[in-house]
Parts: sequence; structure tokens; C-alpha cells
Amino acid sequence: MTIGLSHYLTVAAILFTLGILGIFLNRKNVIVILMSIELILLAVNINLVAFSAFLGDIVGQIYALLVLTVAAAEAAIGLAILVAYYRNRGSIAVEDINLMKG
Amino acid sequence: MGAAALFFYLFAAVMIAAAFMVIAAKNPVHSVLFLILAFVNAAGLFLLLGAEFLAMILVVVYVGAVAVLFLFVVMMLDVDFAELRQGFLQYLPVGALVGLIFLVELVLVVGAWVTSPGLVKTAASPAASAAVTNTEAIGRVLYTTYIHYFQLAGIVLLVAMIGAIVLTLRHKPNVRRQDIGVQVGRTRAASIEVRKVRSGQGVDA
Repeated sequence: MTIGLSHYLTVAAILFTLGILGIFLNRKNVIVILMSIELILLAVNINLVAFSAFLGDIVGQIYALLVLTVAAAEAAIGLAILVAYYRNRGSIAVEDINLMKG
Repeated sequence: MGAAALFFYLFAAVMIAAAFMVIAAKNPVHSVLFLILAFVNAAGLFLLLGAEFLAMILVVVYVGAVAVLFLFVVMMLDVDFAELRQGFLQYLPVGALVGLIFLVELVLVVGAWVTSPGLVKTAASPAASAAVTNTEAIGRVLYTTYIHYFQLAGIVLLVAMIGAIVLTLRHKPNVRRQDIGVQVGRTRAASIEVRKVRSGQGVDA
């Protein structure tokens, strides 16, 4: 039994679903929500690289590289916002984040 | 079943188990460590696919930078994480339902999907062959055809870096910093005073 493209796509689909489930389950914890977003982006990257490998086209890996860049930037900005928010409010509970004024 | 299939199932199983533990672990530090495990196994999957460059980038960027950043923030914030977990099971039914529907839809799409046979031949940039390694193949197109995307990615990182610094930078009032202008602007008259001191009396103030 050889490992085909659909194997990788299934693994990525399961990973994507776990990321979505993580956002639903940990609705109060921003840090775990950010980690779930990282899982979702990783699933997208696995899809891109799998298509790139099985179709013989390197452009998918270039695109995965760009997704990786955006994911790193998103994590940095998200955690910086979290730290700034914690300094102001002393809490990172999601239901407290409902004020649009500083 | 060959060694490649064996390793695929190993990496995939460990990665999915680690991803599950990321969202299920009670302690966020454990979540971050499981996230690292998931990323390392994803790098293994990338290696199986022949994308060595992205596998190494994943290890360096994610395990080396992003996960450590998460670890810093988790340990820096003094938060009662047990309190944040209240209501975890309350959201389980709706979350499981949405997740299940989503997974079924994704698997149906994957199962019904076929590649047009002519598609492989129309690849814009052929992948690594025996003569060209994966890294070289990426470099050949990344710095020529996709140079603008490469530079845009750099700008995104620059903006993210500046934004993170601006968001977290804080000037404390009691910290004395070096003021070069004041230092250079000192004159002899303003800084030195000559006094005559009589012997045996000393100087007060």
C-alpha cells in the first residue's frame, strides 16, 4: 500500500479539524486559541506541500514559505497584543475583551 | 508496507496525537511543548514528501522561534489557567458537532477528488529532479520569478517586528537613561567649581 496524495490530505484535514475544535473548546484562553490557529496554518501548509510534491510543481512550496512567514508574523503580533492587554487589564480571559477603547 | 509508509503513519499518528494534546492539555506549558512535537513531526512529513528546505525552515522558525515565543509569554503572564478552563466541557458538544461536520466535509472532498492527467505536465516550475536538490529548485524560482513575493514577505516580517516592539515597549518613569546631548553640552563653568578649603575644616555640601 503506497502512500498517496489523499493520505496527506486526510492527515491535513484531521489537523485542520483539531485546530477548529481547539478554538471552540478553549474559548476563554487566548493563548490556546493562537496555538490552534498555528495548527490550522500547519494543516494548510501540509496540503500545499503535498500538492507540490505529487504534482511535481515547486510553486506550492514557495506558497507554503509565504504562509509560514505570515504565520510567524501573526504569532508575534498576537502575543504582543496579549502582553499589552495583560499589562492593562491583568487578565487574558476572552470574555473580558469587549471594550473597544483603551 | 515499505519503510516510507511506516514512517508516514508514525509521523502522522504522533502529529495528530500531539495536536490533540495541544487543545486538551490542562497546562498551557504542556500545550506549547506538544505544539513543538506536532511541528517536528510535520517536518518529518515534509521530509517524506521531499521538501527538505521547508522541513528545516519549519524546525528553525517554528520550534526555534515561534514556540519559544509562546513559551515565554505563557510563563511571563501570571494567569490562573485553571480558571480559564472553566466551561471547557460546556463547549464540547457544539465544538464536537462543528468539528465532525467539518471533518466529514473535508474527507468527502478529498475522497471525491481526482487530478487531471494533463495537469502534471503543465507545472509552472518543475520540482526537484535528480540533478537539482529541493533547496536549489526553490532558490531558482524564489529569487527570480517570485522575487516580489519574497520581498513582500520580508516587509510583512519587518512590519510585524516593528508592531510587536511598539506594542510592548514601555518607558518606566524611574529609569535613568543616557542623554548624549546633555553630556556633550556640558561646559567647564557649569560642572566644575573651585573652592578654597581651609585645612582642618573640610567641605560641607
